[in-house]
Amino acid sequence: MNLAQTRIGQVVTVAHVAGDSSFRRRLMELGLVPGTRVEVIGVAPLGDPLELLVRGSNLSIRHVEAQGIAVSLGEASSAERAKGTAAQRESNESLAPRGLARSAP
Amino acid sequence: MTQQEPTSISAQPASATPPTRTPLLLLIGNPNTGKTTLFNRLTGQNARIGNYPGITVERRAGDLTLRADGPPERVEVVDVPGAYSLSARSAEEQIALSAVLGWAENPRPDLCIVVVDAGQLARNLYLVLQLLELDVKVVVALNMIDEVRDNPPNPAELSRFLGVPCVATDARHGTGMVELERAIRATLAGPARSPLSISYPEALERDLERVSAALPSDWNQSPPRARALSLWALTSIEADDELLGIDPALRARCLSVRERAEARDIDQEVIATRYARIDAELPKLYPRLEAHPKKRRTSERVDRVLLHPVFGFAIFIGLMLLMFQSLFSWSDPAIRLIESLTGLSANFVEAHLPESIVRDLVTRGVIGGVGNVVVFLPQILLLFFCIGILEDSGYMARVAFLMDRIMKALGLHGRAFVPMLSGFACAVPAILATRTMERQRDRLLTMLVVPLMTCSARLPVYTLIIGALFPPSRVFGWLPVQGLLMVAMYLFSTFITLISAGVLGRTAVKGRRIPLILELPPYRLPSLIGTLSMMWRRARSFLREAGSGILVFTILLWALLSFPRPAHVAQPPPPAAAIHQQAHSAPSPLAHDAQPPSHEPSPIEQSYGGRLGKAIEPVLRPLGFDWKIGVGLIGAFAAREVFVSTLGLVYGIGDADENTTPLRDKIRQERRADGAAAYSPLMGLSLMVFFALSCQCMSTLMVVYRETRSARWPLFMFGYMTTLAYVASLLVYQGGRMLGF
Repeated sequence: MNLAQTRIGQVVTVAHVAGDSSFRRRLMELGLVPGTRVEVIGVAPLGDPLELLVRGSNLSIRHVEAQGIAVSLGEASSAERAKGTAAQRESNESLAPRGLARSAP
Repeated sequence: MTQQEPTSISAQPASATPPTRTPLLLLIGNPNTGKTTLFNRLTGQNARIGNYPGITVERRAGDLTLRADGPPERVEVVDVPGAYSLSARSAEEQIALSAVLGWAENPRPDLCIVVVDAGQLARNLYLVLQLLELDVKVVVALNMIDEVRDNPPNPAELSRFLGVPCVATDARHGTGMVELERAIRATLAGPARSPLSISYPEALERDLERVSAALPSDWNQSPPRARALSLWALTSIEADDELLGIDPALRARCLSVRERAEARDIDQEVIATRYARIDAELPKLYPRLEAHPKKRRTSERVDRVLLHPVFGFAIFIGLMLLMFQSLFSWSDPAIRLIESLTGLSANFVEAHLPESIVRDLVTRGVIGGVGNVVVFLPQILLLFFCIGILEDSGYMARVAFLMDRIMKALGLHGRAFVPMLSGFACAVPAILATRTMERQRDRLLTMLVVPLMTCSARLPVYTLIIGALFPPSRVFGWLPVQGLLMVAMYLFSTFITLISAGVLGRTAVKGRRIPLILELPPYRLPSLIGTLSMMWRRARSFLREAGSGILVFTILLWALLSFPRPAHVAQPPPPAAAIHQQAHSAPSPLAHDAQPPSHEPSPIEQSYGGRLGKAIEPVLRPLGFDWKIGVGLIGAFAAREVFVSTLGLVYGIGDADENTTPLRDKIRQERRADGAAAYSPLMGLSLMVFFALSCQCMSTLMVVYRETRSARWPLFMFGYMTTLAYVASLLVYQGGRMLGF
C-alpha cells in the first residue's frame, strides 16, 4: 500500500520512497527513509495536502506525491529496523561488483 | 548591489585564522528552530542586511561581543537561511554550503553554530552530521530547551556522540547564552576537532573514491573534507541541476558514477546511513523515546479547530479580513498625517522662499517625492506586523496548508496568499512581503502578478470615472449601477490576476516543478520584540533601497510636466507632487477661481509631458482616449490616483480630487470637433480596464527592481501589463462600438 491510501490516525512504516529524484532526496533528508515510523495526522479541509508526523515534526505533502511512498501498516520494531538497514547494506554489496566490473576510465 | 564583506583569500585551513581578522560565526539550522531569535539575542537586533554574492537571497550579519571567560572580543555573526540539509539542486540551496566553506566570494567562517530544536533531534541531527563530516568547527545550540522540560535531551551525552560542545539554550528567554559564549570562545581558540566518521556501504565508499579523484584542488584540502564533498557532489549534482560553479570534470564524474550505480540507490544509501547512525544514538540522548511528543499533541488539538473544514475556514477568513482591514483602513490616519505634514512643509517653504523654479523644485519635486516614499510606511509596517505575528505563531504555515489546493491550481505557493491579499491594499508592501517565500521562482511569480490586484490607489480613478460618466441609476430598480461597476472592477482584476499567474507560471517564470513539502511547526507565542525589530528592518531597507529611486522619479515627472514654463502666467501646482492616497477632503473653493479662460492652453498642455500626451494620441485613439487622458496617464506614473489631479490641471482646475464637481462637469461637457460628447460611458469603461491592468506606478517598478536586483523583471512587468491593458481596453472599446454603445 502507499501513503495516500492510509486513513487518518494510522501508524505506518516507510518501505520505499519513489518519485522525482530531487523530491525523493528531499523527503528522505527530512527523515522519510525506509523503516521510519509515520503517523497520519490529517488532511487539509479541501482534501489536499496530507499532514504526517515524521520524527517528531509535522510535515505536509500532497496526495499525488504520497502515492509514491510505499508503506506497511504498523510500526517496525527497532530490531526489524536494524535488520532492514543490514539487508539493504547486503544488497548494496551484492550489486557492487557489477558496478565496478563495468567501470572504465 | 552586494554588501561589501571582507573576503578571506587565505588558503589555510579554518583553524589557522590570522588573529587580526574579526572572527566570523555562522548560525545555521533547520527552519523553525528559533535560529533568528538566537541571532537577535546574540547580536542585539542590530542586523546589517545585504545579499549573498551573485544571488538575491538576504544575508543578515550582526556583531556579538564575547564577554564570558576573558577580555571582550568582538565577533561577527551571520544568519544563514534555514536549511534541512546542505545538499543542493539549485543556486539558492547551494548558499548554505558556500557560506560554511567560504566559497563564491563568501568570507570564510571560523565557527558554525548549529541551532537544533531540542525536541526534534531525530531529524535535526542530520544537518549536524553533514557539517561534522565537512571538518569545520561546530558548536551545537540545543535550542528551545524550555519546550522539552518533560523529556529533556542530555547535552553531555550529545556532546560525547558528536565530539563537539553542545549547549542547552532558550534563545527566547535568554537562557544558556553565557554557556554558549563560553563554548564559542573555547572552540574558536582550540584546535580543529577530529571529524566524526560515518562508514557507508562499501560500494558507496568506492564510488566516493572515484568522485574524490575528480575534485578540483581547492575542494581537496583534507581527506575528511574531500570525502564529505564527494558525498555532497554525489547527492547534489545532476544532469539538470541549477548549481553554480561546478567543475565540468567533477560533474561528468558524478553523472558517470550515478549511471554505473544502476539499481543501487545512491541517495538512499547516503541518507539512510546517516539516519541509521542518528537512530542508533537517540535512545541514549533522551530519558525516553517519544514517537509523538506532548508539544505536538497540543498543537494538533488546536489544529482540530483551526484546520476544521467549517470553523477553520471561518477563523481563517476572519483573520485575513482583520489583516486586510488594518492595511486598508487603519493605515489611513497615519497616511493622512504624512500627507498633511508634507503639505505643511511645502507651504512653509512657499511662504519663505520667493517664487522661483528652485522653490517649485523643492515643494513639488523634493518634498512631494519624500512624501511619495514615506507614505508607504504605514502599510509596510502594518503588513509586516501581521506577517511577523503569523509566522512566529506558526499560523502562516497553516495558511499555506489550508490554501494549497487553490494556490496549486494557479501554479503558486500557498505562502503567496498573504502577499496576494495585501495586493488589494497596495502592491508595494505586498511585493516586499514575498520575502516570506523560500524559492526565487515563487517570489518572482507572485511579484509579477500582485500589481494586477485592485489596489487602493485605483479607487480615486474609478470613483472619478464612474461619478462623471455613469448615471446614478439602478438596475432592476434596486441595484446601483455605480456600486455594481466598482464590484465588477474588483472581480475583473482578481480574475485576471489568477489567469496571469497560471499563464506566467508556465511561460515566463517556468521553473523546476518542486513538489510541496511544508512543515507545520507547533504553535508558539509570537515574540513582540522580534516582530517589531523585523518591521523596523523592513521599513529601513525600503527607505534606503527604494526611497531614492522613487524620489528621483518624482522629480523627473515634475520636470516633465512643468517644463518648458510659459513665460507669462503663474504656475498652478504641477501634479507629480501629489502623493499617494490623497485625503478625501472637500474640494477647495479656490478650485473654481483657478480656471483660466477656456481658450488659453493650460501650462501643463505646453509642457513636455503635455506634448508627449498629444504625440501618443494616435496610439490611444483606438481605446477611446484623447491627449488629455494621455497626459493624465503620464502623470499617473507618480501614483495612479495622481491621474485625477493631473487631469484637473489639464482643465485648469487646481487641487482636483475625484469628488471635485467642476472636474466631473468638465469631463461630461467635453466635446469633440463634431460636437459629440468626447467621453462616453464606453470610453470610461475602457479607461477603467486600462487602469486595472496597466503598470501605472513607478514605486511598484522600483520595488521590483530592488527586490530582483535587475532591470529585466521590472521591464518585463511593465511590458506585459501595458500590453495586457492596451489589448483589453481595445477589445472593450472597439467591441462596445460594434455592439452599438
